Amino acid sequence: MTINPNAKMEETQNGTEVYSIDPLVVKSHYEIDYIHSYAQDSEFFRALGKKKIMGSKCKKCGYTYATPRGHCMMCGAETEWYQLPNTGKVHTFTTCYFGSEEFLKETPFNLIMVEFENVDSLFMARLIGADLEDIYVGMPVVAKFRRNQKFSPTDVYFVPVAQPEKKKKR
Amino acid sequence: MKHGGRNVYMVSGGVTKFAKATPEMDFRLRVKKAFDYAMNDVNLTLNDIDGSVASYFADHFQRQLMAGIMVQDYLGLTPKPSKRVEGGGATGGLAFQTGFEEIASGRMDTCAVYGFETMSHVNTWKGNEFIALASDTNFDYPVGGFYTGYYAMMAVRHMHEFGTTVEQLAKVSVKNHKNALHNPYAQSPMNITVSDVRNSPMVSYPLTRLDVCTMSDGAAVALLASEEKAFEITDRPVLIKSIGTGTDTMRLSDRPMGKVPLLPNEKESDYSNLKYPGVHSFRAGRTAAKEAYEGAGITDPIEELDLVELHDAYTSSEIQTYEDLGLCKYGDGGKFIDEGKSEIKGKIPVNPSGGLLASGHPVGASGIMQSVFMFWQLQRTVKKHFKDDFLQVNNPKRGLIHSHAGTGTYVTATIMEAVK
Ligand SMILES: [Zn+2]
Repeated sequence: MTINPNAKMEETQNGTEVYSIDPLVVKSHYEIDYIHSYAQDSEFFRALGKKKIMGSKCKKCGYTYATPRGHCMMCGAETEWYQLPNTGKVHTFTTCYFGSEEFLKETPFNLIMVEFENVDSLFMARLIGADLEDIYVGMPVVAKFRRNQKFSPTDVYFVPVAQPEKKKKR
Repeated sequence: MKHGGRNVYMVSGGVTKFAKATPEMDFRLRVKKAFDYAMNDVNLTLNDIDGSVASYFADHFQRQLMAGIMVQDYLGLTPKPSKRVEGGGATGGLAFQTGFEEIASGRMDTCAVYGFETMSHVNTWKGNEFIALASDTNFDYPVGGFYTGYYAMMAVRHMHEFGTTVEQLAKVSVKNHKNALHNPYAQSPMNITVSDVRNSPMVSYPLTRLDVCTMSDGAAVALLASEEKAFEITDRPVLIKSIGTGTDTMRLSDRPMGKVPLLPNEKESDYSNLKYPGVHSFRAGRTAAKEAYEGAGITDPIEELDLVELHDAYTSSEIQTYEDLGLCKYGDGGKFIDEGKSEIKGKIPVNPSGGLLASGHPVGASGIMQSVFMFWQLQRTVKKHFKDDFLQVNNPKRGLIHSHAGTGTYVTATIMEAVK
């Protein structure tokens, strides 16, 4: 016998956060964990733990990618892994004083696009150890690696190459 | 590419005022208001609409999947055909072109394209995070996590390549905010100066708060029709002469550096040393423009277009887009604004409405909003809809609307023409 005309919904102590009554605006929380596979990009993230930046190179046409991809956008052929040098130059840069929520606590931070010699495409990274007024297009930079790997592209970051004569161009 | 289908016309449009937050109505009611405005302006009833296209960008913002069908249902358009089109910032431009295709193909005689976005459900920094998820989440998002940063790097490279200055970027903001003073639908009309722009808080060097558009709630509706229907509905429809669409790599870092695809008014010698697109230009924008110009038979855009509404989510992207649309040569975008060519009274008014910078950018509505403002310009009814004719371009015949996603990943260019 489950018929009960006196059934009551449970009353709880926790309530709804109300921002306004007219119109009625309430707070609604949302949270999720993703099971994210790096799939064909996995080797790049594994290699950062061995202090290596892996790009990719087209087996057919030879086009080289600083940010790896499994297949070549120029000819469609499969690429192979290819180790990038640890030094490069700043192709362009910015300093972010604001950001999306996840990175707000890290602001201000510098973003650069790294240009490696004889590599056809670029690589986006953080630059530390330099303020906005120190950074310029063409600035030599060198890769460093986080000891505690987070399997994130920020496991590699760049710092300025120590230079006796400081050349500034802005 | 020639479309080869039937002629397609825009017959009416409606826009809600874009605002930071409009909790008094949800996305369905906002679209309904814009839709009713468009329908009433030409005395149409629901029976006159054959189907629709829904334009909205982020399921995250709304936290309602299949929001398109909720609008279709609320408007009373069920069980007629509809689909949702999505392509980041270019969602509106792509949806408008999809409506065009529905009619050009002969499938529909009338089509309602409705665009909307509700960005006020989360704080700006969370909104930036949602938008940043529209960048490669393996390599780009975890490093920087926000679009202003990516655009800032493009702007720095543009400044390096061509000598563009931060003051030239700021002039775009001054112009567009000033135009918006006469647009009652705009979110942030402002009378500001170059130094106001430079002195506002730095978001990502060199872009300040006033170099960047804001989050918005808003809706816009465009009603499209076949030739036969169009002239039954209104004696002043506007012809959608041609469409163009281009794409580019999701990652900015993958942009190849090669030769410039030339527009009809350009020669190879103009750009002998330019590595293109690099991270300073929008190849997808140029590709879209090239297709649209070919479709409309345009050989000299600055002479043959009377106005442009382009995607200025950042001041820098307006400058970059002048160049990619061939309004000037590469590198001359800064000079173009210095010379006042894109001012309301200039050679070719660009963003007379105030653009996204000042009108607001409720993503899925923005590209449709551009079509509505262009439609009113070409009908020469700006005064009727704005209650102010300051922004009415003098006797315009032909205009271009331009919608843009990512760091230039999807771009649309659509040419519209007055028939009377
Ligand atoms: Zn290849």
